[in-house]
Amino acid sequence: MNNMEASKFEKLRFVGSRPIRHDGLEKVTGQARYGADISFPQMLYGKILRSPYAHARIKSIDFSRALALEGVQAVVTSSDFPKPWLTDETGIDSKLINIKFSSNNVLAGEKVLYKGHAVAGVAASNAYIAEKALDLIDVSYEILPPILDVMQAIKVNAGIIHEGMFPYPESGLIASEFNSSLISNSTLDMSNHHQGDDSKYSNIAGYYIQEIGDIDKGFMDADVVVEREYNTGSVHQGYIEPHSATAIWNRDGKVTIWCSSQGHFGMRDQTAEVVGIPASDIKVIPMEIGGGFGGKTTVYLEPVVAMLSKKTGRPVKITMTRQEVFEGTGPTLGSYMKVKIGATKDGMITAAQALLAYEAGAFPGSPVNMGAQCIFAPYDIPNGKVEGFDILVNKPKVAAYRAPGAPAAAFAGETVIDELSCKLNIDPLLFRLKNSAKEGTRRISGPVFPRIGFLETVEASRIHPHYLSDFGGPNRGRGVAAGFWFNGSGPSSVIVNANADGTVSLIEGSPDIGGTRVAVAMHVAEVLGIPIADVHPSIGDTDSIGFTSMTGGSSVAFKTGWAAYQAAQDLKAQMIERASDIWDVEAGEVNLKDGKFNHSTNQDLQMDFKELAGMLNATGGPIVGRAAINPGGAGAAISVHIVDVEVDPETGKLTILRYTVVQDVGKAIHPDYVEGQMQGGAVQGIGWALNEEYIFDKEGVIKNPTFLDYRMPTSLDLPMIDTHIVEVNNPGHPYGVRGVGEVPIVPPMAAIANAINSAVGIRMNTLPMSPPVLLEALWANNGAGKVYGD
Amino acid sequence: MSEKVHIETNINGSQVEFLCEPRQSLLEVLRDVLDMTGTKEGCNDGNCGACTVIVDDRIIDSCLMLAVESQGKKITTIEGVAYTDRLHPLQQAFLENAALQCGICTPGFIVAAKSLLDREPDADEGRIRQWLAGNLCRCTGYDKIVRAVLAAKETMKNE
Ligand code: FES
Ligand code: FES
Repeated sequence: MNNMEASKFEKLRFVGSRPIRHDGLEKVTGQARYGADISFPQMLYGKILRSPYAHARIKSIDFSRALALEGVQAVVTSSDFPKPWLTDETGIDSKLINIKFSSNNVLAGEKVLYKGHAVAGVAASNAYIAEKALDLIDVSYEILPPILDVMQAIKVNAGIIHEGMFPYPESGLIASEFNSSLISNSTLDMSNHHQGDDSKYSNIAGYYIQEIGDIDKGFMDADVVVEREYNTGSVHQGYIEPHSATAIWNRDGKVTIWCSSQGHFGMRDQTAEVVGIPASDIKVIPMEIGGGFGGKTTVYLEPVVAMLSKKTGRPVKITMTRQEVFEGTGPTLGSYMKVKIGATKDGMITAAQALLAYEAGAFPGSPVNMGAQCIFAPYDIPNGKVEGFDILVNKPKVAAYRAPGAPAAAFAGETVIDELSCKLNIDPLLFRLKNSAKEGTRRISGPVFPRIGFLETVEASRIHPHYLSDFGGPNRGRGVAAGFWFNGSGPSSVIVNANADGTVSLIEGSPDIGGTRVAVAMHVAEVLGIPIADVHPSIGDTDSIGFTSMTGGSSVAFKTGWAAYQAAQDLKAQMIERASDIWDVEAGEVNLKDGKFNHSTNQDLQMDFKELAGMLNATGGPIVGRAAINPGGAGAAISVHIVDVEVDPETGKLTILRYTVVQDVGKAIHPDYVEGQMQGGAVQGIGWALNEEYIFDKEGVIKNPTFLDYRMPTSLDLPMIDTHIVEVNNPGHPYGVRGVGEVPIVPPMAAIANAINSAVGIRMNTLPMSPPVLLEALWANNGAGKVYGD
Repeated sequence: MSEKVHIETNINGSQVEFLCEPRQSLLEVLRDVLDMTGTKEGCNDGNCGACTVIVDDRIIDSCLMLAVESQGKKITTIEGVAYTDRLHPLQQAFLENAALQCGICTPGFIVAAKSLLDREPDADEGRIRQWLAGNLCRCTGYDKIVRAVLAAKETMKNE
């Protein structure tokens, strides 16, 4: 632990302890209710008809045969949703365009844009009938050639995914950027792009650039330069709970939706836009959520069940199958990247440059700008340039996935850093230490770092017993990598009610995906000095608590923890006021310490929290504390991962021998759940590194939409995951919290790639580094010629 | 629609009768017919273990077993794991070791781990990892789950 700034928090009673979570009992006994665990009398079951093609124009949809099937109650298609964007003749109102994209992703408009794209929804008296009805919907398609990766998307005559939407950039900006010195030898050549049929439009939906210093001079000053090219495929968030939504559209026009999501206010607002009613007419009741990782932040089913309920007057529920989850939700991006870094002989980075081309999927909005901001963020880069391209392809629209954009970028950036330190014969952690960003460092993207803990995290890693241990043996190696994530914040509302029995009920708006109820409640217990078990947290629906932004961006312990702290302070101030009324003294003379109210001079005036709570109703009425805030200063997170591997040269199989996550968390409110985030993030990264990938055929059909063939890590694939918590308190939070959840997925792919190099001397530049890929690389390296895949 | 079949079985120590269609899985009947939603569906094809139940002392992915096959069998689901007056040591250990984050996989893990410790009270870490390899957890990285099972093993030995 880092104690440099710990003094401020030494006296904390509850923060930093490991109580049992309040919602735990329901979850270990099967009582907790998740998205699919709800049902109503008269409820109908829905199913979604999905596109068999990755790219096709919808010529017509005829569902009369489906409607005629006994038990089928209603069918909806995109024509049931309003189309406000048609009122904008200029076609440039970005809000309306976004509604169009959102609506067309929920149910396809003129075209289907990926295999599995939803085309129609059916409600029937049971799921079997609904499924049978799907076969009776006649859709006539004009099949178009699918565009399946970045390279293809920017080719001449590739075809245009959104006709008339994304003008080819003026003055050849992008073409010239793609032809800059960095990528002159790369396979990504756009110079002829605009000579095709669709001459005015492109599949490039966005372009970002950040620069600092003089990049050319920086590379001239370098003694060693490493430049590498990378490709990564699509992977899925892989939450175990499939999406499920249930809705009742009442005759008064008010809609209630039950679903599990990372943010029920977001679900409400997005549904309102797609179905075209005011958000205030929709109430979303949050169910327990069985994992999200960014993938449960957008609507898929909610508008469909709402419309089906409107048509039938009955409750309608749809639960996705696992195949639908793979084909119709998530995933995260595939990418093409190129990275070049130069350094002096003594290991100081002089220049760093990157080009990131991220697949957005079928609609714009890959997190390439975030990847671009993260890739070199851990380092003090005097001369830097990062460009990002958001590129449309016929794959599901990418959704956020834990530190969106950063992991792929770090795979590229951190393996180049490793190669540089190898070339310079400098310990890779020492190399990072020399170039580490610190308070006051200006990032390439502009902002200057406040207090961050990169130095401390790298130092802690260098002296960690894992790093000091011997990993020797044939085909064994060790890798390290660092990761950066901004951490987020957002609006958050909390209410705390003092109950007559001395407990406090806490209502928050942040869905609890991994133990945040208890962490938020601990803020209240700390302020009031009452036992954590006496604070009863629950998640309010959209009509019961003020707006709260989604559980994402590693924001909940920060923003909602802070809101709870502030609501508890409000409650405390009002209770002090009440005590002073009862005692007939000045409020300024009353204190609350360790759960007891007392007078600053008169020792006879004492009351414990419970006693006063019991008197509230009779002495002026109940007391409610509240806070509604949007705090800044989330405080960036830094993580360093150390991994030992063994590569089997016969099979290409890699075994993780030992794994350690070192991370600056600011302050661990509940260390168990902080460690859990570090371990879970690392293991998702291990899966991404070694096994997970969408396998598309050339028609754009996903060949492995099951957990059998989309291979996520199991308990048997892993050792224990060691964690080391560093606490460089975030000055921007009452207890020093930084977000925790996302950054641990950033370093694993690079750390493992670096370990592979250490073990067998091969630099991997694609993901996943699965046995066949690794084996082929081994053979190529041994000059044995290519066998695999011939 | 096919004709419904009358089934008599024993679930968590109680005799239960239900009507089901021959095509319905045990998972479907548990959740949709008997309202026992503690058993979860993660994939419906035998690859995630969220639906794990014990049938006559064997662990089964209930999504892979037809409900009609449960005639005359003895079934344990997550709802039947706790004792009447307290939690099962595994449930307690999952709480104390923070072995759940979102908790959707938890019923399956607890049922699977119970089945292991009932038959192999001395299972070590390697055996636990092997036994639980049919249960996917996407949140925890398994570390705290394995530790919880090891802790429950010690408690159960002393009971
Ligand atoms: S739901 Fe049965 S194994 Fe996944
Ligand atoms: S705790 Fe979420 S899947 Fe295991």
